[in-house]
Amino acid sequence: MAEVKKIATRESYGNALVECYQDFPNLVVLDADLAEATKTNIFRKAHPERHIDCGIAEANMMGVAAGLAAAGMIPFASSFAMFAAGRAFEQVRNSIGYPHLNVKIGATHAGISVGEDGATHQCNEDIALMRSIPGMVVINPADDVEARAAVRAALSYVGPVYLRFGRLAVPVINDPDHYHFEIGKGITLKEGNDITIVATGLTVNESLQAAQELEQDGIHARVINIHTIKPIDRELLQKAAQETGKIVTVEEHSVIGGLGDAVLEAIRENPVPVYKIGVNDEFGYSGPALKLLEAFGLTAPSIVKKVKEVLGN
Amino acid sequence: MDEKQLKITACKIRKGIIEGVYRAKAGHPGGSLSSADLFAYLYFVEMNVDPAHPKDENRDRFVLSKGHVAPALYATLAHRGYFPVEELKTLRQIGSRLQGHPDMKHIPGVDMSSGSLGQGISAACGMALAGKLQDKDYRVYTLLGDGEIQEGQVWEAAMFAAHRKLDNLVVIVDNNGLQIDGNIADVMSPYPINEKFKAFGLEVIEISAHDFTQIEAAFQKARTIKGKPTAIIAKSIKGKDVSFMENNASWHGTAPNQEQYEIAMADLDQILAELEG
Repeated sequence: MAEVKKIATRESYGNALVECYQDFPNLVVLDADLAEATKTNIFRKAHPERHIDCGIAEANMMGVAAGLAAAGMIPFASSFAMFAAGRAFEQVRNSIGYPHLNVKIGATHAGISVGEDGATHQCNEDIALMRSIPGMVVINPADDVEARAAVRAALSYVGPVYLRFGRLAVPVINDPDHYHFEIGKGITLKEGNDITIVATGLTVNESLQAAQELEQDGIHARVINIHTIKPIDRELLQKAAQETGKIVTVEEHSVIGGLGDAVLEAIRENPVPVYKIGVNDEFGYSGPALKLLEAFGLTAPSIVKKVKEVLGN
Repeated sequence: MDEKQLKITACKIRKGIIEGVYRAKAGHPGGSLSSADLFAYLYFVEMNVDPAHPKDENRDRFVLSKGHVAPALYATLAHRGYFPVEELKTLRQIGSRLQGHPDMKHIPGVDMSSGSLGQGISAACGMALAGKLQDKDYRVYTLLGDGEIQEGQVWEAAMFAAHRKLDNLVVIVDNNGLQIDGNIADVMSPYPINEKFKAFGLEVIEISAHDFTQIEAAFQKARTIKGKPTAIIAKSIKGKDVSFMENNASWHGTAPNQEQYEIAMADLDQILAELEG
């Protein structure tokens, strides 16, 4: 089998900004001294006059983005998730969320796969923070194809959108010729009626791998990719809950307030047991990204183990 | 500039402030009254705005960074014709458009939602930058409190505005000297305000916030400054023109009771009668 191509979704983000500019001439890209890392430098190289480096001042950057949007432009404000969603939370809430301004937030280096930088830079709380803001769309793409489609969809949508990208290169699992992205629509990647694995971001590929391994043991797991955590695809999740009876959620994020909780809320009227795999109310630490993902139980073997445990196998 | 007419307008704005805050039984009269003359000049002389077309993309913009003085902004907008003056009585009531802090989604003429201190100036920078990027010649004005400039974000924004050479931006500081916990100089002194803005790369003009000749000269000079933004430091009297509120920090965020409301309105009516007489 040919080696699977790996691309970090931050790279996809930088490329997508360039791809989209001709269709969205009001686009302005803001960064806070991290253009090399967030990959907005790809856009800066192509359109330097539309790349505004705001320096290490994320609070002001979010306000500037709000003002640009209020004056009819479409700003994409970028930083690491820790600073975009964390440090600038209140600016995002009050200057962007409350007036429902057309600001897109491109947050990279989300989750523990930031790796060596350690806990201060590993943001496992951004999904919880951003989805708590009324009217905020929250998107966490799984691979290059999905990330680029998500950037275009965000630009087409009028209103605030938070997009979460990763630092780590991850396998390209979607076929660009047949892939279709729609905000708020989950994607069933594999059918199965024994249990449903709901994943988002880089855990989608791990969940697919896990489901394939489970097949070998006669366990038919359904796999759903929830790229949009808000608004979440309630219909798809409710159907999966009824048809499979059990759900395991997998996210590179705290189990408090993230995908798992969003799924629980989505199926609350006809609940089935939901088992959450994620970062368990703790901080991360330094190490190579792949080793950390293993250590935090976010890779295929851990998902297989959890599913078997849940099914009593 | 018709100075007498501006004084009359400012007095009517002050009456609107007292009316709204009294009926709401809550709000911020002190800083609203201190900035009333600035509001009168901005909306009746300086700014290119049209109440019939509040969303005109070429209009000048105003961002009330010190969002708690919304009563002054609302009274100004009402007298300028954006909505009925009568509506000022609904301030802070359930169902009213006139939220405790400015809400751009629902109030005609409000260019930016604000209220969390330090954030408005950043949005004003974004609007000014959008003007530059789109080759539009509108100007952007933002009003800050002198207590507000204790927020670090204000200085991030000042650095940004100077670095981006936003000469279409005017930052106005209402320097009334008081904040909730007392004198700004005692709580955490932001002084010297002029030197700070100068050091951040802005052109600084110092005026009295209650002298229309100085106000006019400052805004006219700001139009001639190229390559950098202007900061107008306007020395003011908190609670201006209401006898018992002047220079009294306790009127920062307190509404008058009925007796106090009547005294305040009598003070303002007397000023109005002298002006119109």
